[in-house]
Amino acid sequence: MARIDLVDLAHSYGGNDAPQDSFALKPVTMTWRQGGAYALLGPSGCGKTTLLNVISGIITPSRGKILFDGEDITPLSTQKRNIAQVFQFPVIYDTMTVGQNLAFPLKNRGVPKAEIDKRVAEIGRLLDLEPYLNRKATRLTADAKQKISLGRGLVRSDVAAVLFDEPLTVIDPELKWQLRSKLKALHRELDLTMIYVTHDQTEALTFADTVVVMHDGRVVQSGTPAELFDKPAHTFVGYFIGSPGMNIIPAEVRGREARIGGYVIALNRSYDKLPIGAKIEIGVRPEFVDAVAPAPGLLSAKIERIDDLGRIRFARARLGDAKLAARAPAGFTSPDGTAGLKFDPSHVHVYADSLLVEGAA
Amino acid sequence: MTVTLDHVTRTVDGIPHIRDVSLTLESGTLNVLLGPTLSGKTSIMRLLAGLDKPTSGKLLVNGKDVTGVDVRQRSVAMVYQQFINYPSLSVYENIASPLRVQGKPRAEIEARVAEAARLLRLEPFLKRTPLQLSGGQQQRTAMARALVKGADLVLLDEPLANLDYKLREELRTELPRIFEASGAIFVYATTEPTEALLLGGNTVCMWEGKALQIGETPNVYRHPQSLRVAQVFSDPPLNLVGIEKKNGSVQYAGGIAAPASGLYSSLSDGAYRVGFRAHQLALANGETDRHAFNATVTVTEITGSESFVHLTRDGSNWVAVLHGVHEFEPGQTLDAVLDPNDVFVFDAADRLVAAPGNT
Amino acid sequence: MDKTINQKAWFLVLPVFLVVAFSAVLPLMTVVNYSMQDTFGNNQFFWNGVGWFKELLDPSTDLGGRFLASLGRNLFFSLVILAIEVPLGILVALSMPRQGWTVAASLVILALPLLIPWNVVGTIWQIFGRPDIGLLGYVLNHIGLDYNYVSNDIDAWVTVIVMDVWHWTSLVALLCYAGLKSIPEAYYQAAQIDGASRWAVFKAIQLPKMNRVLLIAVLLRFMDSFMIYTEPFVVTGGGPGNSTTFVSIELVKIALGQFDLGKAAALSLVYNLIILIVCWIFYTVMTNAGAERKPQEGAA
Repeated sequence: MARIDLVDLAHSYGGNDAPQDSFALKPVTMTWRQGGAYALLGPSGCGKTTLLNVISGIITPSRGKILFDGEDITPLSTQKRNIAQVFQFPVIYDTMTVGQNLAFPLKNRGVPKAEIDKRVAEIGRLLDLEPYLNRKATRLTADAKQKISLGRGLVRSDVAAVLFDEPLTVIDPELKWQLRSKLKALHRELDLTMIYVTHDQTEALTFADTVVVMHDGRVVQSGTPAELFDKPAHTFVGYFIGSPGMNIIPAEVRGREARIGGYVIALNRSYDKLPIGAKIEIGVRPEFVDAVAPAPGLLSAKIERIDDLGRIRFARARLGDAKLAARAPAGFTSPDGTAGLKFDPSHVHVYADSLLVEGAA
Repeated sequence: MTVTLDHVTRTVDGIPHIRDVSLTLESGTLNVLLGPTLSGKTSIMRLLAGLDKPTSGKLLVNGKDVTGVDVRQRSVAMVYQQFINYPSLSVYENIASPLRVQGKPRAEIEARVAEAARLLRLEPFLKRTPLQLSGGQQQRTAMARALVKGADLVLLDEPLANLDYKLREELRTELPRIFEASGAIFVYATTEPTEALLLGGNTVCMWEGKALQIGETPNVYRHPQSLRVAQVFSDPPLNLVGIEKKNGSVQYAGGIAAPASGLYSSLSDGAYRVGFRAHQLALANGETDRHAFNATVTVTEITGSESFVHLTRDGSNWVAVLHGVHEFEPGQTLDAVLDPNDVFVFDAADRLVAAPGNT
Repeated sequence: MDKTINQKAWFLVLPVFLVVAFSAVLPLMTVVNYSMQDTFGNNQFFWNGVGWFKELLDPSTDLGGRFLASLGRNLFFSLVILAIEVPLGILVALSMPRQGWTVAASLVILALPLLIPWNVVGTIWQIFGRPDIGLLGYVLNHIGLDYNYVSNDIDAWVTVIVMDVWHWTSLVALLCYAGLKSIPEAYYQAAQIDGASRWAVFKAIQLPKMNRVLLIAVLLRFMDSFMIYTEPFVVTGGGPGNSTTFVSIELVKIALGQFDLGKAAALSLVYNLIILIVCWIFYTVMTNAGAERKPQEGAA
């Protein structure tokens, strides 16, 4: 249990003298509060695993410090850092029973036997592993094994943080739902600081209170799922979060109007002082664009395909050269392949050189 | 061309992997094998490819029995979950390799590789070796090689499973276009219902080595013939509640009685199980002709566009999905509302007896 | 997996059948033939039935006594070198570097003894241990140890064992090293995070994962040491007295020294049988262990 501060933390696999552009993790300063649930989200190679390994002590950072409750632990080894970690693939001690696996981290630290038994029983109960506690761990299914790995991560009550490195990779979709909500419930129950690394936005958004989106070694935005969804600070966040991602369309923006090709979209705020020479784009989530029957006054787009996801349908549309996705409400059909697009102006954002521009009221 | 599995069974060391599967695949179709791990998807693919022999039953191509024919004499291409490429060859040579084996003239190889590279957006990388590519590009190379072969049957075994979420999403939207352009028989194995829906085509719903239901993807999704199909084809998982119909009213397990309106009205008296997907469960009581339950929130998962509310009621776990951001406190109780016109009803043998008409 | 069946494949196996028939089956039949007969030279043979075999197993006869004594020495030798080479090999494998240029360097150094022919190894140690001109023998005697493998039983045994350990520990180490290399890095990280001591990491991760290669190592080393001939023959010639006479040396003495073809044939058949049985036991143990560890797989 600890507050974690990252102070000007950076890492380069090529050493500190390498050009900063090549850093796997570019300098970052942020604070994670005690008991929070955090997710590091980004595509492969974005630096999220590097950051995780720096926190767990597997990598010593080229620059900067990590503080646990204000105490600098940067030079400490993994063992001394008092953290727990769950890996992508189940790590099981073959010769031990499930119970012994769970007890292993406690036993190594000389915790009294009564205390160990109590903790193992509790974690076994929380993870529904009770029936297997006395069985050899090798013969179990992949998801049971991963539960054991999770259990070993959670069994110590005194850890500063529990780190998860894409722990649900090997789990089937239906079990993913169960394990995810289980993890979230465990987080409430155990009051541990948890840091969860993933490329899967659903996992990140559903697990974490605060999602840290990383791109190209940089933290591009850190916020609640709702913030990331409603107001992406960077076009990458807009694209990466949401499924389908945000529509990002090059546009000319003047005052309260955006022009795409010959079309005009109304904006809710006024953008008069956009940086000159910057690449201007508008961003709007598919959920806030409706494909409807063509009508005068509506933008007219070509419908290329309609994706039916069961509970929602998305139309893939083309507006001049720009491609975008729009919600296709129940009953919407497009016999002639065209549709009108209705934008919700309060959810249309303007980006200059990929960064969000706050308009004036 | 058609490929048919005719009452095929395969047993390995006494353990049945495939149980009496019959299905017919036509040229130019995309067929999704949907089912959890170990449900028999890979076994079916290996049978189709001719890598394994059925224990009983026949494999027909255009009506001709090819059960014993060597795999090398069949026109099959396969893409695996792992990215399998020749590490020392350039992307161009990787894609061209099946054509070189076939001894095609140089000009034709160039043209076909260029075409496949264009389709899979690999043009900028043709000179690189696979190890210099990202996972998505490597898998696209493997797919291009499968496509360029011009095989009549292309098997894809969870090809996107090892890719980043966002890449998966992008490739998924491109795949139907690529499939259409090819005209071969495509078989695509996946564990994810959403992937099946996005790909469209036909879906074969697999469970414990059986093909439970075969049909057009949206049809299988909307009219699952059995409870198991509905469960395999639901993400989030299917919610369930038991009911008893008697004298024009229904009694829900856990003690709520309601008039047998909507889909319940046509049921004969007896016990049923009602299945409903997350989006079929509402969390606000607005209308009268609906059935409300008192449920307790365990966890809320918010993705921004949607909120998944996990509930417990009378010992069962349910998930509801709401648009936008909604935060509920764990332990909070609220009304979970079912529309009796918008549920799946299964009889005692788990067969579908009533489904929503048009959603 | 029952793959599609191709009958033509049998033709490809045919040459092997022929070669095996000429190189193994025919000579073996000759030996069986000899083992039932007695000879007094001049190519005169007399039928002796199972007489040699009875003698072999009877310690009161000359043949039986020599055979059983050498068999005992052989078993003792195998046990001793296994008890030394296996733990030592594991230790060497554990202390080897896991990455960097030192990996290649240490692999080459380890492989060196394995590349030396048996009789050369024998010759090296034969000279190395000589008290008059050998470095080892001279130094040992110089510092006051009375060491002479030609006259002292124990010295001879120590020399033969040390020689074998020097020659073959590398093999065990290389096999263990391969086993260690196959352990994913995540296991070590997890163990570090779980606060495992060095010993706990060895017991919980490395040893279980080396299980299979260790079995192979034990099998190979047992078979090899049980059939040992060249090195001790070159160094001690089976002496002093008979103290380092192993079964194979005894066999050669009887067959070529005394030209007792019948006795030698019977001995070699029994010797062969013992090796086959031991092989079979090892094979069964290994495949069973393998089946037990094999996870559920199949209809994925």
